[in-house]
Amino acid sequence: MSMVDTADLITVTAAGLYCAAGDFHIDPWAPVERAVITHAHGDHLRAGSATYYVAEPGADLARHRLPAGTAVTPLAYGEPVYLGSTRISLHPAGHILGSAQVQIMQGDRIWVVSGDYKRDADPTCEAFAVVRCDVLISEATFALPAYQWPDTAVVAREVLDWWHVNRAQGCASVLFAYSLGKAQRVLAELARLTGDLVYVHGAIGSLVDIYRGRGIDMLPTAPATLAKGADYAGALILAPPSAAGSPWMRRFGEHRTGFCSGWMRIRGDRRRRGYDRGFVLSDHADWPSLLRTFRDTGAGRILLTHGYTDAMCRYLREQGVDAQPLRTEYGEEE
Amino acid sequence: MRRFAELFETLDTTTSTRAKVDAMSAYFRSAPAADAAWAVYVLIGRRLKRSVGPALLRTWLKEASGLPAWLIEETYASVGDLAETIALLVSAPASAAPPKEVSLTEWFQGRILPLADISAEEQRDRVVGWWRTLAYRECFLVNKLLTGSLRVGVSRSLVTRALADCLRQPRVQIERSLIGTWNPSAGFWQALTRNEGNLHVAQPYPFFLASPLEGEVQRLGERAHWAAEWKWDGIRGQIVRRGGVCTLWSRGEEVITERFPEIIEAAATLPDGTVLDGEVLAWLGDRVLPFARLQQRIGRRKPSAKILREIPARFIAYDLLEWEGVDWRPHTLRERRDLLERVMEQRSPVLAASPLMEGKSWEELAAARGQALKRGVEGVMLKDWSSPYGTGRQRGAWWKWKVDPFVFDGVLLYAAPGHGRRSNLYTDYTFGVWNDGTLVPVAKAYSGLTDVEIQSLDRWIRVNTREKFGTVRSVEPKHVFELAYEGIASSSRHKSGIALRFPRIVRWRPDKPAAEADSLTNLREVLASCSAQSA
Repeated sequence: MSMVDTADLITVTAAGLYCAAGDFHIDPWAPVERAVITHAHGDHLRAGSATYYVAEPGADLARHRLPAGTAVTPLAYGEPVYLGSTRISLHPAGHILGSAQVQIMQGDRIWVVSGDYKRDADPTCEAFAVVRCDVLISEATFALPAYQWPDTAVVAREVLDWWHVNRAQGCASVLFAYSLGKAQRVLAELARLTGDLVYVHGAIGSLVDIYRGRGIDMLPTAPATLAKGADYAGALILAPPSAAGSPWMRRFGEHRTGFCSGWMRIRGDRRRRGYDRGFVLSDHADWPSLLRTFRDTGAGRILLTHGYTDAMCRYLREQGVDAQPLRTEYGEEE
Repeated sequence: MRRFAELFETLDTTTSTRAKVDAMSAYFRSAPAADAAWAVYVLIGRRLKRSVGPALLRTWLKEASGLPAWLIEETYASVGDLAETIALLVSAPASAAPPKEVSLTEWFQGRILPLADISAEEQRDRVVGWWRTLAYRECFLVNKLLTGSLRVGVSRSLVTRALADCLRQPRVQIERSLIGTWNPSAGFWQALTRNEGNLHVAQPYPFFLASPLEGEVQRLGERAHWAAEWKWDGIRGQIVRRGGVCTLWSRGEEVITERFPEIIEAAATLPDGTVLDGEVLAWLGDRVLPFARLQQRIGRRKPSAKILREIPARFIAYDLLEWEGVDWRPHTLRERRDLLERVMEQRSPVLAASPLMEGKSWEELAAARGQALKRGVEGVMLKDWSSPYGTGRQRGAWWKWKVDPFVFDGVLLYAAPGHGRRSNLYTDYTFGVWNDGTLVPVAKAYSGLTDVEIQSLDRWIRVNTREKFGTVRSVEPKHVFELAYEGIASSSRHKSGIALRFPRIVRWRPDKPAAEADSLTNLREVLASCSAQSA
């Protein structure tokens, strides 16, 4: 066995996850030469690197979020690229539109970096694909057994019922959801139940347009502007969580608030954030899905990047699985 | 149960007061009488004697979930509520067929209360059986009813409002019927709807509470319009003497008669149909003892002769609420006070009227207030002479004018996750002061920071953890906080040798390096000066 084979294929450097054999970074948090990107959320896609490799369905999102003129190389899912002595390919992660797992092969070794992912069906992106590997670098955002997601169709129905009850009372319904991914998923899930118009915050509107450009079927939307005579009584408005409590909210008059997030699974989280309603809808893997994924990939070693990494590592080790945390700068917002 | 679970869901998923009152009112109108009584009982925070403790529930949860104990603890620390943790881990899937409907009353009387009379194994089989058959929401509720009170963001006064709405009775009347001991039953509910309520012989009155005085005392107007008394630091209580029996109630609406036989003996000399509001104090010779001493008596249901000798108690009466069986609360304080003084004449010192403070001007009164610590009291109470005896905390008639608290600067040493609204956040802090170059823990505090500060401190704690002891984390000693406390006593139970009363965070001091925090010597000096005064 040669020296190269025993060293870890991917290590954590000051700039992020780094593959020396291919001389590239994955989701770096500082500017680098070559960045392979799992998805377009701000803590995974940061500006300043020279070249970006992204999954093709997410190319428009990446271009939207990066400064004009940045070199973006789209790769079809499964299409191989050879960097240094490695062969890399991107595979659907089911997190948001264009989200990818990165498979890195060198010699007879296979590593996979999952990025953020979920196993539940989502009409806005391709379903998670199981990629067999020796070492899996996974997220662990919701790695506690309390986090188990209800059926998405049931949650979508709850959102619709909530909107209708508020509408009957002449109230606006302001639903907070992350601008990229969650908001579009809500619009797509609701499109199966109704055809009504939904108002959206500006930060969400531009991303909805990109999703539509990719052929994603969603409810019709209109900007939640402050036009004269605008009346939001009975309307559903989608807004990013940062808008909560801001002066922007005043235009809606009497309203109820809801929040779509995996964190809403816990009553204390729900009550603390002060929303009227919490809807348990997550773009991350829940506890059973994480365990299932670790099994499905056949990985003999699991490295965990962010979330409840300590708890999951200890649990896996007690089950005889080699598991360690990696210290990264990825966030746990959802 | 399903209907109550729906009510719970509505209460839990709205922040609107109006919506909560309407939902409760609708429930009370439509529920069977006994269910309505049980719902009131639960919603105002009454709890049953627990037949199954949390330790047992944890053991059963471990068995039922098949998860390691440490992971259950980790999950519990993150969830912040045992009933919820159980429901999250082992309730029936939403897709399962719901079990047969069981009424709220039947849940209590037929299922939860009988747990007390069966073996631990039978208890386990039944409780785990409920977990497995109930879906998340009802599983959570049943666990809540098993483990204690149901915190659902409704205050007692909100429940009173809902009852007043649906029964069309004044709130004061409802408030009075809900105080003291009563059994949730169809009979209770029917009496409540007929406005006969819960008027048993030992029924106390709702306590009138003071609000903290903000701003200058001069703003209250003329000194002569206000009665001033010391604010005693004991247990607020009510003596009810009716039907030849004396009952002593605490403000927590607990009967504490047996704990204070000397007070009951003195109160037995009162004529029938008398109710006094006042303070239970530990009193030796001519001095009031610190609250910490009184605490040693509270825990004992029947005090020994030794305790009675070492920590004798007194009742200092503030007010007269009933005389000759007539409710005197609508009278002015002036009238009630005059009568109180006559009633209290020539009684044993164990039962005395709270002395009025002198001081003809606010300035003189302020000077007298400066003596509060020396006298072992918390400050001054100001009461409008023309005010009736109200209900609850109505602002304007009664003010508490406390002395300024002690303060010190402590360093954050440990953090643990909070509960309820603060679950999943590190909000339970331990602070230390310097002693010979090391930091010794002296106080735990939970309150005083803004939500934004809590969030940013939580993030810092997660990144700067030194060691983990279960769910408690020790952190790098860096952040300094100004803490306030109400009193200090020596204590052999604490490593530091001192115990602080009611410590809380005043402000985060990012400007102060840890090295400049207070030392144990400073705190010992405060202790010495307080003890010198009360010796």
